[in-house]
Amino acid sequence: MQFVQNFPFFCIILTLFSGSVCAVLKSKPARIVNTILITIVGILNACVLAFEIKTGESYTYMMGHFPAPWGNEIRIGVLEAGMALFFCVIMLLSMLGGKHKVLTEIAKEKQNLYYVLVNLLLSSLIALVYTNDIFTAYVFVEINTISACGLIMIRQNGRTIEAAVRYMIMSLLGSGLLLMGICMLYDITGHLLMSNIKQTLEATYASGKLDVPLLVSVAFMCIGLAIKSALFPFHAWLPDAYGYSTVSSAAILSSLVSKGYIFLLIKIIYRVVGFEIFRDTHIINVLFIFGLCGMIFGSVSAIRENDIRRMIAFSSVAQIGYIYMGIGLGTEVGMAASIFHILSHAATKSMLFIAAIGLTEVSDGSRHFIKLTGAGFRNKIAGLTFMAGSLSMVGVPIFAGFISKLLFAQAATVNKGKMLPVLICLGISTILNAIYFMKTVIRIYTPIDDKTFEENKCSVIKARQVPLYTVTCILFIIVNVVLGTMSDPIMDLITKGLSMFA
Amino acid sequence: MSRLKTKEEYEKTIGFKFRRWLYGEEDPYINKVEMVKQHHRHVEEKTITERMHEKQMHREYTYDVNRNKVLKTYSMLYRIASVVFVILIAALLVYNVSWLPKTGAAEKAVNNEVPQRYIENGLQETGAVNIVTGMILDYRAFDTLGESHVLFIATITVLILLRNNKKKATIAQISDRRFEPKNDSILQLGAKILVPVIFVFGIYVVLNGHISPGGGFSGGAIIGAGLILYVSAFGFEKTEKFFTERTYKVISFAALATYCIAKSYSFYTGANHIHSIIPLGQPGAILSSGLILILNICVGMVVACTMYTFYVMFRKGDF
Amino acid sequence: MGPNLIANYGEAIAMIMFAIGMGNLLLQKNLIKKIIGLNIMDSSVYLFLALKGYITGRKVPIVVDGIQEVTAYINPIPAGLVLTGIVVSVSVSALMLSLTIRLYKRYHTLDLDEISLRLRQEGL
Repeated sequence: MQFVQNFPFFCIILTLFSGSVCAVLKSKPARIVNTILITIVGILNACVLAFEIKTGESYTYMMGHFPAPWGNEIRIGVLEAGMALFFCVIMLLSMLGGKHKVLTEIAKEKQNLYYVLVNLLLSSLIALVYTNDIFTAYVFVEINTISACGLIMIRQNGRTIEAAVRYMIMSLLGSGLLLMGICMLYDITGHLLMSNIKQTLEATYASGKLDVPLLVSVAFMCIGLAIKSALFPFHAWLPDAYGYSTVSSAAILSSLVSKGYIFLLIKIIYRVVGFEIFRDTHIINVLFIFGLCGMIFGSVSAIRENDIRRMIAFSSVAQIGYIYMGIGLGTEVGMAASIFHILSHAATKSMLFIAAIGLTEVSDGSRHFIKLTGAGFRNKIAGLTFMAGSLSMVGVPIFAGFISKLLFAQAATVNKGKMLPVLICLGISTILNAIYFMKTVIRIYTPIDDKTFEENKCSVIKARQVPLYTVTCILFIIVNVVLGTMSDPIMDLITKGLSMFA
Repeated sequence: MSRLKTKEEYEKTIGFKFRRWLYGEEDPYINKVEMVKQHHRHVEEKTITERMHEKQMHREYTYDVNRNKVLKTYSMLYRIASVVFVILIAALLVYNVSWLPKTGAAEKAVNNEVPQRYIENGLQETGAVNIVTGMILDYRAFDTLGESHVLFIATITVLILLRNNKKKATIAQISDRRFEPKNDSILQLGAKILVPVIFVFGIYVVLNGHISPGGGFSGGAIIGAGLILYVSAFGFEKTEKFFTERTYKVISFAALATYCIAKSYSFYTGANHIHSIIPLGQPGAILSSGLILILNICVGMVVACTMYTFYVMFRKGDF
Repeated sequence: MGPNLIANYGEAIAMIMFAIGMGNLLLQKNLIKKIIGLNIMDSSVYLFLALKGYITGRKVPIVVDGIQEVTAYINPIPAGLVLTGIVVSVSVSALMLSLTIRLYKRYHTLDLDEISLRLRQEGL
């Protein structure tokens, strides 16, 4: 075994360890530890990715002295390593971009605890990405949920705590369903390891029957994870949670937490249930329909919002609808498009949140559209970033959003039965997206006179005053353009990773 | 800077005019270009208050559950849908249960080679007489590592939510503390007798986790209960001498760090097929079963501190 | 109906408990009752899991007198899973209760809907 193969395990254990380290540190060293940690973990994952691309084979890594069905193990492939690397990049950028807000919005003696939460969230995300054992996945889902709740309510006002309660109630409902599904699956297969469950299920499936418990357990797991990742009818907690928490939290929650669950769902579909069996259960159609509804209703709700951050949050609902729609297509191409959309949405949404905070800062902290008029002139870099994010969301070429929409449309043409609804909904949703994003962009680039400037207590922030924020914004734009222009190699990696899953 | 032009010549140049405009000394428009001032729209105080009042009325009407029919129907619909949904789920699950393998039967999918190895070789491979302990702390140790961090992070969130600054203690909180038992002699005598017994029992359960039923979680919970009894009887002044937030953080950091290091050693050696140098010892003895004893102690410490911290946070809000 | 409903009566009870817990979570307005519903849901999963491990006539998996045959002991895996699940449920309950305390201190009510209504009325 080569040394580089240990890296995923190092990532998980390092992040867990640094969680307890940050608890005893003061806030400033904790922040430095957090930044260094995310960077190191990113580099380690990049090494793993390079190794995986070179060898082209997935491998399993024993967690302990006992081989697979007895002990725990993690599994590393191209898709896993790439996803973990991407999560690290986005998390690093979100933390850097929202740093000044963390310093002002969170009570001083609790700031180090914020970094504890972020470190453990990262550890749970990486463990979720790499795990090969379904019960381990459950444990890390719980860590993920609790730390996400902590991220929401760390900025303590009534709104965030109410949002955290709603988030917890929905999430725990989801966890309960997920756990029940896992238990039933364990009962009918007798294994907790993903590959063994799949073998057993394939044997039963080959004998020609699709029994009730399998159907119910798969349905429970899917619905549980759908609730946790805020699929359309279960999204009630989302706008408050994303709209009022501190900006780093909002960026991390929207771009990483929900994506972690979706990735786990994809993993369950491929590695636990098996794609053919899953397609035959018809749960796929439910996900498809919910996804389509989410695309439309999320955008409609976003249009009706007057608050920039809540608008971006509602747009998340629509984008998660896209992802589930891709999963629901039931083809390899659709799945690959979904995974690409996970990447593009994560990159774009965190960028929008970070840009929005720059715009509200120069408008007396107000998030309402009327106050935001002209904010693009007052904070030029934030305006530019917001515009790039909006163009990406609407689907303008050279940005990431265009590629994912194109891929969805291509995937839809393969599937005869679902082609028409997908194309129609894509069209409507794109128009709706354009309405609310372009409305905002026009709004922030409408000049105002001095009197309104005085009345709204506006201020001007130059790029030179906030070097870290500027660099983060530029990096966000670069990530987005890279995703948009170099999509071919990325899609190659995704399809390769998906074929490794089986 | 040498000045070639005289002052009067310089004052006529464009550069000078631009400078004056830039620094706001003279505006070229004033008195040269006709400017019409915009009428400032005057809104009377009365209309503003009226508008605010209307808005408020509108809001109140919209969110008045008793009068707003839409809201009322919506909540009715929600209740009916929930009841139907729950009944459907119950029926589905019961139907599902009827297809599951029989309870108590030996020939089921779950009784396969996995528990077989745990039972047949568990004693030799882990050194733990209690097979469940051997399983969760050695075979499936990664789960348990995650699980102790779940406890840790839950405490962190509770600390974030409920810990308040000592300086800012409000009157309500102080008066809330008035109802704490103070010098209740029956309670104190009972605590004096019971607390040492509970502590000893808890430590016994932690240390015997690999030999008998029990382990870090149950033993830690028992010790935590002892601490809670102690603080109920003698008040916070006494416990704060030896247990503060700092103590909690240091203890849990030490325990979790030990846990992480111990487990990374065994994971690393296991994955790279290096033989572990930790001796398993004589099964049944206290000092046996390798790392399990140490892990149990770590988990016990974390759980005891966590239980006590939960209690203190719920009751008072600071250490 | 499948063939094993009578034999699996314990699991059926666990499932009904699960539905009751879920109903509480969805229908109760009082936050404390919601949390109780949540705990009922979790407990039902543990009951279900515990029944999965049970085998008639066998003993708890603690090696006594050196007997190590598979036929002597019940399945130890569900016990371990229940242990993990209980710890998770304790943590989650503590978090929910502390959230409730904070909400109560601020709004002096335990009704979540009323709190959100009031938030909206304030126009925040």
